[in-house]
Amino acid sequence: MNAKRLGSALNHVFAYGSALLFVVPLYILINLAIRPVDDLSPAFLPTTRPTTDNLTRALTESNLGPAMVNSTVLTTISCLAIVVLATMAAYPLARSTAKLSNATFYLFLVGLLLPFQVALLPLYLTMRDLGLLGSVWSLIIYYAGLQMPFAIFLVTTFLRTSVPLEYEHAARIDGCGDVRAFIHVVVPLLRPVLGTVVILNAVGIWNDFFTPLLYLAGSHQETTPVVIFQFVGQYTVEWPLVFSGLLISMAPILLLYLVFQRYVIHGFAGGLKG
Amino acid sequence: MATVLSHEVRRRAPRARPPGRRRTIGRSLWWFVIPGLVLYLYVVVIPTAQGVYMSFTNWSVYSPSRDFVGLRNYRTIFNDATSSDILVRTLVIAVATTIIQNVLGMLLALVLNARVFGRNVLRTVIFAPVIVSPLVCGYLFKYLFAPPGIGAVNDILQAVGLGSLQEDWLGRPGTALTAVIVVVCWQFVGMSMVIYLAGLQGVPVEIVEAASIDGAGAVRRFWYVVRPMLAPAITINLMLGLIGGLKIFDQIYATTQGGPAGQTETISTLIFKQFNIVGDYAASAALAVAMAVAVAVLSLIQFTVLRRQKGNS
Repeated sequence: MNAKRLGSALNHVFAYGSALLFVVPLYILINLAIRPVDDLSPAFLPTTRPTTDNLTRALTESNLGPAMVNSTVLTTISCLAIVVLATMAAYPLARSTAKLSNATFYLFLVGLLLPFQVALLPLYLTMRDLGLLGSVWSLIIYYAGLQMPFAIFLVTTFLRTSVPLEYEHAARIDGCGDVRAFIHVVVPLLRPVLGTVVILNAVGIWNDFFTPLLYLAGSHQETTPVVIFQFVGQYTVEWPLVFSGLLISMAPILLLYLVFQRYVIHGFAGGLKG
Repeated sequence: MATVLSHEVRRRAPRARPPGRRRTIGRSLWWFVIPGLVLYLYVVVIPTAQGVYMSFTNWSVYSPSRDFVGLRNYRTIFNDATSSDILVRTLVIAVATTIIQNVLGMLLALVLNARVFGRNVLRTVIFAPVIVSPLVCGYLFKYLFAPPGIGAVNDILQAVGLGSLQEDWLGRPGTALTAVIVVVCWQFVGMSMVIYLAGLQGVPVEIVEAASIDGAGAVRRFWYVVRPMLAPAITINLMLGLIGGLKIFDQIYATTQGGPAGQTETISTLIFKQFNIVGDYAASAALAVAMAVAVAVLSLIQFTVLRRQKGNS
């Protein structure tokens, strides 16, 4: 019994000690963001003169505001495109037993193995020729195409394992056409897996830095990470200002995470296990 | 009745099914595939083929002629001392982050699967960095690891009386790489933990208790009972870690930009540099293909191992 209690105590020490390693950096980030620029005391001491000056300066002296709007538009449209196109494509792939359908499914699966860096550079030149460089549309097309394999893989697997054919038979006996059966019967049953697809892609797209840096840098439609990168480059030693920028940029996604944390964690665990 | 019949028919004669309405479900909607397929071909398949071709040419900003040069770019990568250093270093980062992240992630998962007060809050906190942009995490740590007098880590060392250990963590060749590895592990240990926690849900408590009654201690219970059942989760975590590690870019671009003295340069930062700054498109494509092959091999291993593990259980 004593050994058990000791073990439990050790568990608590380890768990809370680790959690501290994750809380302290965030605390320092906030503490620094709200202290005046001339406050040079050690970062872990709470500031005595909290101020919002840095936060307002970060917002007014950078393009963070417009960039966050841009990122939101980009993330929303991309996720919508991925969900709609992948669900449509996955349905016949999951239900048809034709050889061509299987072959198409495997063609998509190959995409899971191809890292994006090889395609990124030729695509850059294609986008340049199309005149889409510097526009969020180039990224929407890019993300939608790039994420097709994984999204289709998740939705097809889900359709095969967790959506019984009986519902579709019943809908058909009731006189429902194929398209209507798909929209009104199948799609609502897909909610769990579509949630996973949205969460994984939304986090990935919102945070992506490499692609927007390549496709959007220097344009008027930059996303949040690119603007943060330029902002830090510009104010590199003014840490309170820099941290205000970082804080503003991560606040929306952190808040969403805290509200939906159960679904987010579930989505990550389920999707990546897929 | 209809469904019972359909199962019967399917099992007995899968090839000789009569062309009934049941079979056509989904098939009449075959054209649903087209938009996704076109986009996929346009964004992934065709550019990948072009990229592979590019890697065999001498295409750059300076020579727009694109002549075929065979394996020259690849030979340069593997023969050139700097770039072969970079390949090795990328591998070191990938392996180190994977091991650290998985050992810690597994420990955290085991602890937070036991009865710990407020464990849901702790899980939420530890997972939080996963959803924050790697760039932002990179900048946060650039400050924490900043030189003495500025950085928080040095401040804390000073405050607890270990002032002599203060260091310009990211500015010294000896410590910069370690610092980058710490940043990556800090951010993604939550991901490993969550996948292990999901795996632990599938381990029946009765079996662990039975082993306990049979006299197995905590370590042996873990190694002989829990670990085998977590095998799929371990495979996934190892592969995610290795693949992510090979591709690492954001954290390095935020903290060291490859410095000091090229000590934290990786394949991804080199690809970016060759393409965007040097303008040697072909060299950059060859690097990308080399990385692609490594990632594809790892993914294939993951698929095969997972399939075998699922077949066993």
